[in-house]
Amino acid sequence: MAKLVFKRPKTLKQVISHYCPGCGHGIIHRLIAEVIEDLDIGEKTIGVPPAGCAVLAYNYIDVDMAEAAHGRATAVATGIKRILPDRIVFAYQGDGDMAAIGTAETIHAANRGENITCIFVNNGVYGMTGGQMAPTTILGQLSTTTPGGRDMARDGGPLDLSEMLALTSGSVYIERTAVNSPKNVRRTKKAIAKAFKSQMANRGFSLVEILSPCPTNWKMSPVDSHRWIDKVAASVFPLRVIKDKTEES
Amino acid sequence: MLKKTVFAGFGGQGVLMMGYVLAFSAMRDGLQVTYLPSYGAEVRGGTANCTVVVSDEEIASPVSSSPDFAVVLNRPSMMKYQGVMTSGGIMILNSSLVDVDPSRKDLDVVKVPANDIAAELGSDRTLNMIMLGAFVAKTGISSVDSVMNGLGEIVKGKNARIMELNRKGLERGAAYALREQKVSR
Amino acid sequence: MSEKVLMRGTHVVAEAAVRAGCRFYAGYPITPQNELPEYMSDAMARLEDGTFIQAESELAAINMVIGASIAGARAMTSSSSPGISLKQEGFSFLAAQELPAVIVNIMRGSPGLGNIAPSQGDYFQATRGGGHGDYRSIVLAPASGQEMADLTRKAFDYADRYRIPVMILADGMMGQMMEPVLLPESIDPRKLPPKPWILNGAKGRPSRVIKSLLLDPSVEEAHNWKLVRKHEMIGREISDAETDLMDDARIAVIAYGTAARIAKGAIKRVRETGLKVGLLRPVTLWPFPEKVFRGLDESVENFLVFEMSTGQMLEDVKLSLAGRGEVHFYGRPGGPIPTPDEVAKVISRLYHRQKL
Repeated sequence: MAKLVFKRPKTLKQVISHYCPGCGHGIIHRLIAEVIEDLDIGEKTIGVPPAGCAVLAYNYIDVDMAEAAHGRATAVATGIKRILPDRIVFAYQGDGDMAAIGTAETIHAANRGENITCIFVNNGVYGMTGGQMAPTTILGQLSTTTPGGRDMARDGGPLDLSEMLALTSGSVYIERTAVNSPKNVRRTKKAIAKAFKSQMANRGFSLVEILSPCPTNWKMSPVDSHRWIDKVAASVFPLRVIKDKTEES
Repeated sequence: MLKKTVFAGFGGQGVLMMGYVLAFSAMRDGLQVTYLPSYGAEVRGGTANCTVVVSDEEIASPVSSSPDFAVVLNRPSMMKYQGVMTSGGIMILNSSLVDVDPSRKDLDVVKVPANDIAAELGSDRTLNMIMLGAFVAKTGISSVDSVMNGLGEIVKGKNARIMELNRKGLERGAAYALREQKVSR
Repeated sequence: MSEKVLMRGTHVVAEAAVRAGCRFYAGYPITPQNELPEYMSDAMARLEDGTFIQAESELAAINMVIGASIAGARAMTSSSSPGISLKQEGFSFLAAQELPAVIVNIMRGSPGLGNIAPSQGDYFQATRGGGHGDYRSIVLAPASGQEMADLTRKAFDYADRYRIPVMILADGMMGQMMEPVLLPESIDPRKLPPKPWILNGAKGRPSRVIKSLLLDPSVEEAHNWKLVRKHEMIGREISDAETDLMDDARIAVIAYGTAARIAKGAIKRVRETGLKVGLLRPVTLWPFPEKVFRGLDESVENFLVFEMSTGQMLEDVKLSLAGRGEVHFYGRPGGPIPTPDEVAKVISRLYHRQKL
């Protein structure tokens, strides 16, 4: 008898994906769906995807979802969680959303120790609007608004938002992972599970930053995109546990 | 009847409380009232004032461009309000701190050495009640009894000694104003 | 029922909100409405199920309110003119996602930073929806301490009934002034009708999505028309105005909020000199009480709109009168509080100029 090695989690809707070939969102959606199923929290989870490529996350992840304005996911999630403290509330945000237009909301939600989980998808560009420079774009990286490459003097350098959030007193768990290899995908799933469990134990603010490929806007093949994450992106944004106070009481 | 009163002085002199006690007591007497404090940046400049309107019918504006009455606790307030008061208006003046007379001759001015009386009573904090006592006695807009009842309701739970001091303040102020009135006539 | 209390307008709104079952407040400090969040911070702390958040910005505050509304709570935020501008994005999302919420605007002198004095310069912003897009919000204009309480209760009821944001549009004077008020009885929010649309985890039901992204233009168009049908129903059901001394009036003064109080004082003065003048005071600024205008006696041919602005409600009055009579305007923008005497003079002059 054949052994079942892979199946679609029930929490992932059986629909055709709108994401570009090689995009990391699909992998991350599946990981979230798997974790929700592993923890058996599908009936009490509420997701908050704001504007960006992943605003359509509700087309794929089969839990209650509230769309938020660009940058405001942590504020909306705060409102939901404060009214329903026994539900699991997560925000699913891109780098432009979280580290540029939503910086204030993100830092203050972390600082208040809001007991929510942020999935922070860092692909270094504004994807939905067509590949403009993001706060996380690396120096020298080409984008539609940095045609000569991101320039320190003109644009400033890439923003280490996760490191900044680790400095706030209310954040308990912050880890940076990637989804460019089977090993990294497994690590990412473990990190997402840990963040959700931390929320279930009422620890406070948790965040998983995920370096994710955007072959379309990087103008690379999917394979080259994965290599670029290892060689370049991860050297600026090292994959590591940035803060872990989940074991502390 | 529609009477507009301005209470004015330094922050910390109990100016806003004085106005609030009058408005509250008049409300309990069944009258229409509005109370409008000065607010914002002006407040933080160290002066405080509020306007209380008391009427037996609906009150249009809680603001007073020409008050009928003024209770002024310091010199800047005297200078500010003497010019805008309605002719024949009554000004209750804290003569302990204001050593000049208003230049307007068509105002009925009652000078109450409120700080000195407060010192006699042994508490600076009775200053506003002394002025309020003088004010109600002179204008008849409310009574010492009404104001005392009102105050009792507002500061529910305050200890008996403080209430007794406040009562003494109101009575001393009222008595002083009535005596002044007799002398001037 | 208890006795009347003497409370300032901002506190009245806050207490009335709590009594209406409001259990979530988020806001950001701005004068002249700071006493409202201060009151809420204390009131919410006393409730087992109350939440108060001093947000990092107006933008965050309105989005927290969106979240609380999505989770089913009666939620409120408050601010003053410049802060309301920052919340506009949220108003649009509330409207699009058909979420109930109550927003209090204690208007101040504007544009820009302006000042902290009472003003009525935000009428257009409020009555034309409040943010981007094709929609309207309910706007209620209290003119007394008692109405601050009564309209706050109505605001929460309307918000839930129609799933729409409701703004209480007052100004610095209404916010700071104390008047005797009879507070409404408290509602237990757990006894309010259930909201079958909220997000609380898909237990025993299919998952739900609350969203406003409608990429298919025909779907967005249908949604816009759906909102219009709702707006029309609201217009039929709740538009409200007060009329005073209109029976024999030759001039109708039209004013709302603080300006209406001052107008009332002015009308009293000119009536004493024998002039026949009445007041029409819109209580709902949106929906605008057009019916009341259409129902006015034919003999009224002169209308004096009085606002603490350069003339904004003026446009709605003209639209409602549809060319009938002569419409005049007197305005004091930027913060000065006009006196009843001043407005009485304006009315008198007009009365004689028109040879009434």
